[in-house]
Amino acid sequence: MGFFRQVLVMAAKDLRAELRTKEALNASLAFALVILLLFSFAFDPTEETTREISGGLLWIVFAFAGALVLNRSFARELPNDCLDALVAAPISGAALFLGKAVANFLLVLAVELVSLPVFGIFYNVRWTSQFGELMLVLALGTWALTVIGTIFSALTVNIRLREVMLPMLTYPILVPALLGAMQLTTGLMAGQPIGPDTVAWLKMLIGFDVVYTAVSLVLVESVLVG
Amino acid sequence: MSAVAVDGVWKFYGDFPALRDVHLEAAAGSCLALIGRNGAGKTTLLRIIAGFSRPGRGQVRIFGNPPRETETRRQIGFIGHGISVYDELSALENLTLFGRLYGLADPRRSALEWLERTGLERVRNGLVREFSRGMRQRLAVARAFLHEPAVLLLDEPFTALDDRAIAVLQTLLRQALSERKTIILSTHQLREALELASHVALLNRGQAAFCGPCTPEMASDPGLIYARYGEG
Repeated sequence: MGFFRQVLVMAAKDLRAELRTKEALNASLAFALVILLLFSFAFDPTEETTREISGGLLWIVFAFAGALVLNRSFARELPNDCLDALVAAPISGAALFLGKAVANFLLVLAVELVSLPVFGIFYNVRWTSQFGELMLVLALGTWALTVIGTIFSALTVNIRLREVMLPMLTYPILVPALLGAMQLTTGLMAGQPIGPDTVAWLKMLIGFDVVYTAVSLVLVESVLVG
Repeated sequence: MSAVAVDGVWKFYGDFPALRDVHLEAAAGSCLALIGRNGAGKTTLLRIIAGFSRPGRGQVRIFGNPPRETETRRQIGFIGHGISVYDELSALENLTLFGRLYGLADPRRSALEWLERTGLERVRNGLVREFSRGMRQRLAVARAFLHEPAVLLLDEPFTALDDRAIAVLQTLLRQALSERKTIILSTHQLREALELASHVALLNRGQAAFCGPCTPEMASDPGLIYARYGEG
């Protein structure tokens, strides 16, 4: 079986298991919506303020809600020692990792796509004005979040306090990607397309994704086999 | 060439040596019973042979190749302490998933065949979380045998099995031996193990205290090995 077929089989397995239980998805979605709702009441922001904080607020919500999905990624393999069966199977660690990362990416993206219209309504923001570019930034930022989250989910899977450890390990590394995603999203929410003054953030986000995906693919075998 | 060769394997957990210079060999078609007290290192050794864990020193070869090579992994079937199947998937989905991961030509057909052989055909679409313990264990056996592995590594396979699961497993193991497959099983249930075993290895505090053929004397009096080579 080819590498990409293995990736698809793993991603389909994780998505099927999650959609049956909806453990992580429900928790993540509920968290995102409650935070957006609470902030809308707490600040009562003007239109100008909303534009200024939109990128930061959205990505803080996405990062924390995403952690709830990412925490379950390898933890899902713990009951019944399923991780042993995956490690024993003749698939590369890279395919196993990438399959899980793709499944996590789709789940976190689904939470984000539900959160965006809610954000638009509560904060009176026309978030669709730069829709294409916003989706590009969303995809790049979410991939950064999931690739780092998935590799650290593998690393912390056998740690007793993994729910605490995962955010503590991932957020410091994610700072450059989150900064880039926040800056770009703030501009796009204000209706400004990505221009010469913000394109550097986009390049940095793409570079972050490429570098950390490559590093994770190389390291995952050592992470899985102790 | 040995089917499984363990050559001078050490494993450390911190400073503690869980395995100390273990040498073992299992020929193709043989059944090696790995026995020893709790904490002797049986599970650690099996996990290293299966490629789940790397030895601190020494090496393991399966048909001359390292256990982590992709082709070598295709030749290994493992039953550990857990059943290694997903509660959220049905029995058929579980076996089809592993059939795909092992690159079987027709994963669904192989899955159905093994569900029938383990008596789970009737509940093939039932979610594993709704299965009884015995059914889950038979599914675990089906998962380990699904890809027709040449080497079977079984960590206390008879523990907590119901009568039907024991019968299924014993039948499959005898059949595997008749097909010259290699079996290494760790166990505390000496009588069941020695009925199948052609060879015995006794691990004592991480060292191979004895490794040799299973004699009729040992099979009739399982405690003899401990008395003679163990701590009594």
